[in-house]
Amino acid sequence: MGKKRAVVDQRLCVACGCCVKVCPLQTIVVQQGLFAVVGDKCVGCGKCVKECPASVIQLEVSEP
Amino acid sequence: MKQKYWYDYLWIASVAYLLLGFFNILFAWLGLLCFFIPLLLAIFGKDKLYCNRYCGRGQLFSLLGGRFGLSRKRDVPYFLKTKAFRYGFLIFFFIMFFQMLWNTYLVFSGAQDLRQVVTLLWTFRLPWQWAYQVETVPLWVSQFAFGFYSVMLTSTVLGILTMVLFKPRSWCVYCPMGTMTQLICQVKHQEK
Repeated sequence: MGKKRAVVDQRLCVACGCCVKVCPLQTIVVQQGLFAVVGDKCVGCGKCVKECPASVIQLEVSEP
Repeated sequence: MKQKYWYDYLWIASVAYLLLGFFNILFAWLGLLCFFIPLLLAIFGKDKLYCNRYCGRGQLFSLLGGRFGLSRKRDVPYFLKTKAFRYGFLIFFFIMFFQMLWNTYLVFSGAQDLRQVVTLLWTFRLPWQWAYQVETVPLWVSQFAFGFYSVMLTSTVLGILTMVLFKPRSWCVYCPMGTMTQLICQVKHQEK
């Protein structure tokens, strides 16, 4: 099993910051009011995926 | 449980705003804060801090749709998040806003009488005369209040509708203020 991680589709992100509010590790930030950027600490819990009003965050599994 | 800050309770201000406008339409003027604060924050280097932290309406939707379970929590249709729709909605909103300003001007100039109605969804005229008691302010001041309250109520109703149908904060996807502040950020951070 590879590691899970949240990935933001930055072209469609509306930079509302809902993901920032729910991230338990506070590792997602809205950069320059343009789009969300996921930090290194992401463990792929999927809270932001559920919360995102635009549904532009997905969990991706990286191959080990 | 994350620590709560004073700004996590701004949804109360959002509810209070809608209630106050029910009793005295002049409170509608306070809604200008929701227009100017996000723009000023975006212009003066705080990017989308308003959306990210202070937006009471977003918090309200998040509360009603999340904790109170009034949302189906489905994905919004794809077209809603396209640039074409978001910019289109912003332009539509602007046109309606300027029409409202024009009505205010007509009352100011005396060409039109004050209409004590709140127009919902740009179509339905709701009687609202109970919220108009003061005749001490110029008529155009009240006309603007009725118009502005119409804008706020309409966008809240739209937001609640998409909250129920899709994710709680679906409104954020096509919110004209959000689109505008994101545009400001795009322009500001262009040269990099």
